[in-house]
Amino acid sequence: MKNLIIIYLAAVLLQSCTGENKNTLPILGNRQVVEKEVNGKMVVDTVYQTIPPFSLTNQDSVVVTEKAFDGKIYVADFFFTSCNSICPIMHRNMLKIYTKYLNNKEVKFISHSIDTKYDTPSRLKRYADKLGVKGNQWEFVHGSYDAIFNQAAKNYLVTAFQDKTEPQGLVHDGWFLLVDKQKHMRGAYDGTKDDQVEKLMKDMDILLQEK
Amino acid sequence: MRRLVLYSLVSFVLVCVITSCKNEQELAFGRYFANGKVLYENHCQNCHSKEGQGLGLLIPPLTDTVFLKANKKELGCFIRFGLKKEIKINNTVYNENMPADDHLSDMDIAQILVYVTNSFGNNQGYYSVLEANTDLKNCK
Ligand code: HEC
Repeated sequence: MKNLIIIYLAAVLLQSCTGENKNTLPILGNRQVVEKEVNGKMVVDTVYQTIPPFSLTNQDSVVVTEKAFDGKIYVADFFFTSCNSICPIMHRNMLKIYTKYLNNKEVKFISHSIDTKYDTPSRLKRYADKLGVKGNQWEFVHGSYDAIFNQAAKNYLVTAFQDKTEPQGLVHDGWFLLVDKQKHMRGAYDGTKDDQVEKLMKDMDILLQEK
Repeated sequence: MRRLVLYSLVSFVLVCVITSCKNEQELAFGRYFANGKVLYENHCQNCHSKEGQGLGLLIPPLTDTVFLKANKKELGCFIRFGLKKEIKINNTVYNENMPADDHLSDMDIAQILVYVTNSFGNNQGYYSVLEANTDLKNCK
């Protein structure tokens, strides 16, 4: 009897272990259940939120759309060049991730400036240069107020807004958003915390294994 | 004989005063350093990083011992009034903008400077609040 219990416990343990080892990441955001016709039969399917098409301007004054990210996983964030609170921490961490995946054709980065008035492409270029970022694996993008703030709130589900009572007039949080090759959001990580940044890099490796 | 006793007494007192002085300064150093570390974490670390490495060419590292020594009397002014000019740190030119931090008292600044100038490979010893008082009055 005792042996049985032990075997049972071992089995349960083993199962829970293998369950964790499956290593798949959840799909974040809204989902919709839709009915559609497949081979003349109605079937129920779940449609997950994706990052919709966009058009923004990068540090080289070149238009960047969602097409630049086709077939790639990418990390997105929101910042501004004169931000003197959390942004240096975020980009010190992002630089670490960028360095790890440097020249990996399947990995990209996009930092959206929420200082839509002052962070023109030339300012973003200067910033990227001084950060030590070359080429366009890491895009620093400028867009209209609506384009950027909609992108943050509706598509990446993060907070960013103007607030005259704040010291720098802009409020945002330090999330790094991980997006897969199908443009599904697969993870959100606090870009100011070392352990979260480590987790993000692990999750990127998992996503790179996906078809 | 009386003279000998007197001399040894005086020298004994003197030695005591000197050693206790030294101990007091050592104690103060420890206290400044510990408080300075916490203040650094809250006011400087986001930009200059935990190891004082800065960030690319946007934020200079705090590891240039020669620069820190040469500008010892002005470091407090950089903190209180900000710094926006061309500087050369570890042979690299920076021309950025460090915002002023006017929430910090003279004591806070003295403690932060004891921490910074004795970390990250720097080893400049004690910097008292009295020195900070004088140096901060003379900011240009
Ligand atoms: C918002 C980011 C930011 C914060 C916060 C900040 N600094 Fe700086 N610091 C800078 C930048 C940028 C420069 C370079 C300024 C220039 O080029 O004129 C600088 C320069 C310096 C320098 C002189 C250059 C060097 O590297 O030795 C010292 C010393 C210094 N900072 C110390 C501090 C201390 C101490 C604190 C905390 C009280 C602090 N800083 C907070 C961004 C920052």
